[in-house]
Amino acid sequence: MNPTAGEGTLRARLLLLLLLAPALLWLIGLIVLPHVELALLSLRSRVAPRVYEFSLRQFGTFIDEPLYWHTFVRTALMSIVATACTLVLAFPIAWTVAKLARGRPRALLFMLCMIPFWVSETVRTLGWTILLRESGVLPSLLVWAGLAPAPPELLYHDATILVGLVYTSMLFMVVPLIGALDTLDDSLIEAAYNLGGSGPSILRRIVIPHAAPGIVAGCIVVFMLTLGNYLTPTLLGGKDSLWFTEQIYTQFITRFNWEQGAAFGFLLLILSTLIVWLGLKLSGQRFGDVMRRS
Amino acid sequence: MTPDLTVDRVVKRFDSHVAVEALSFEVARGSFFSILGPSGCGKTTLLRMIAGFTSPDEGEIVIGGLPMRGVPPNRRPVNMVFQHLALFPMMNVGDNVAYGLTQRGVARSEITRRVGEMLERVSLPDAQAKRVDQLSGGQKQRVAIARSLVLEPTLLLLDEPLGALDLKLREHMKIELKQLQAAFGTTFVYITHDQSEALVLSDRVAVMNRGRFEQVGSPQALYYEPQTPFVAAFVGANNRFHGRAAAVDGRHVTVASSSGLVLQARASGPIAVGAAVEAFVRPEVAILARDEAELPAGLPRYRGQVESVLFDGASSAVLLREAGSQGEIRIALPQTGRFADLRAGEAVCFTFDPDRAVCFAAAP
Repeated sequence: MNPTAGEGTLRARLLLLLLLAPALLWLIGLIVLPHVELALLSLRSRVAPRVYEFSLRQFGTFIDEPLYWHTFVRTALMSIVATACTLVLAFPIAWTVAKLARGRPRALLFMLCMIPFWVSETVRTLGWTILLRESGVLPSLLVWAGLAPAPPELLYHDATILVGLVYTSMLFMVVPLIGALDTLDDSLIEAAYNLGGSGPSILRRIVIPHAAPGIVAGCIVVFMLTLGNYLTPTLLGGKDSLWFTEQIYTQFITRFNWEQGAAFGFLLLILSTLIVWLGLKLSGQRFGDVMRRS
Repeated sequence: MTPDLTVDRVVKRFDSHVAVEALSFEVARGSFFSILGPSGCGKTTLLRMIAGFTSPDEGEIVIGGLPMRGVPPNRRPVNMVFQHLALFPMMNVGDNVAYGLTQRGVARSEITRRVGEMLERVSLPDAQAKRVDQLSGGQKQRVAIARSLVLEPTLLLLDEPLGALDLKLREHMKIELKQLQAAFGTTFVYITHDQSEALVLSDRVAVMNRGRFEQVGSPQALYYEPQTPFVAAFVGANNRFHGRAAAVDGRHVTVASSSGLVLQARASGPIAVGAAVEAFVRPEVAILARDEAELPAGLPRYRGQVESVLFDGASSAVLLREAGSQGEIRIALPQTGRFADLRAGEAVCFTFDPDRAVCFAAAP
């Protein structure tokens, strides 16, 4: 082998490694290592002060205690519903931005989707509580309009949590959808129309199949964000919002039961992986295609 | 017999710009009608109005005897082959062809039969299960036509469907399109900016310019008897001379061109002595010779020098500089190979039959 060529490839490899170093450090240091630690934590239990042994007790507690797995299932279902609502609401917006608006209106519409994110999530969500609490703007408006005899409490309902989650997630659905719809050639829609297609059938047979990778990408991102969201369910749902991240927080911070918290964290990771996998299977999309779109 | 398409005084404006200006024409059943024009002449707007994607501001479009005002594109007896074909990439070839029938609610067994038959007629019997991106350019073309014709439309619209193909395939698809049209007998309305496509394919051609038809007629009529300077310049190649009518003698006008060349041409329309005119001489009408004695007797003779030889096989030509006026003229080389050794700088002489040159009063 030519020694200079060998040196060349070695240098190229070193350079590649150097370029990847920040990403690798981040991946290993901040994601893999903590998870290994969490896995070890979740699989041990304390038998005496500073004495630990391998145990599945934490996972047993999860199954034995209905509150825990009820919260778990409820979080999953609510996240799925929130994702579906976001998709339904975001689709017409993305359609308008990608297909109907041109030039300035397009930029303006896109800005409108971005503006809520200029404000911190905490402030934004607290804004919602100001709007919705019993003495807030919306209940007073309802009384003034004669729609309610007394100001209703609009906070601390499941619907309120859903509204908050959808609001927070909207942008993350709209962006991949716009990307997907932008690449849809208008002449395909015209051709379908010309061949006798009706609006709903064109949506079902042309638009959705084309946008599927974008739809799935948006759904994955929104679902993961929603499932792992802590602030919105807690602030809008109050103490009884029963969100699984809250249980994890309680175990780690309030109860100081790190083993239990770690086990819950792992269960949440397994849950989100499982549901994303299921979603990909059901929609017939490949993970690679979807990730390229998001 | 009622025509398949009647366009009656149709007008379309975009803001202040008039895209289609009070246009009226008819297309007879089973014929191949082309609309030929430069880009921006309004031909695409016209086609989109026939398909129903835009509606005319004024006038009426009647297809197969039915007025089309207010009829949406999916209810018109019209199908269209799009410029980039617009095959559905999310479906296989069979589903593409079946799409229209499915939308009409035709029974499944019937759809299978008709799709199979149609693909056989366009010589793609085994393509049913193929993906669209597995097809070649020509095959895609045929699928796009099959997808439209399977619905048995009164009218098939074609929006420059050969534009995206390379030259060889385009020549081939031209012949194939003509054969398909003859085999199906469907009325085709074809728009293009390529005069060769229009001339080869059509029974009748309309030359469109600035929202109007300059001339409608057979390809031969457009080529041999252009009615306007635009048609003379746009259809086929032509030498164009601006000048004044020095003398008018019955059918013939003597034109003194601004470059100093004096030539005779057949008058198209009334022309007064002294009026500004435009004369056209086709490169293939002029006769070239090295020796004046070889030229046919009784025709005006010109001498010139070869400026450059434009060799292009069967459509080779020379660019000459006429001796008297120093004006440029392009003359086609005969196919005999007699001038194969012609070089730039050589002195030659040429002539042409004034009956085959044409002269128009210049547009004011």
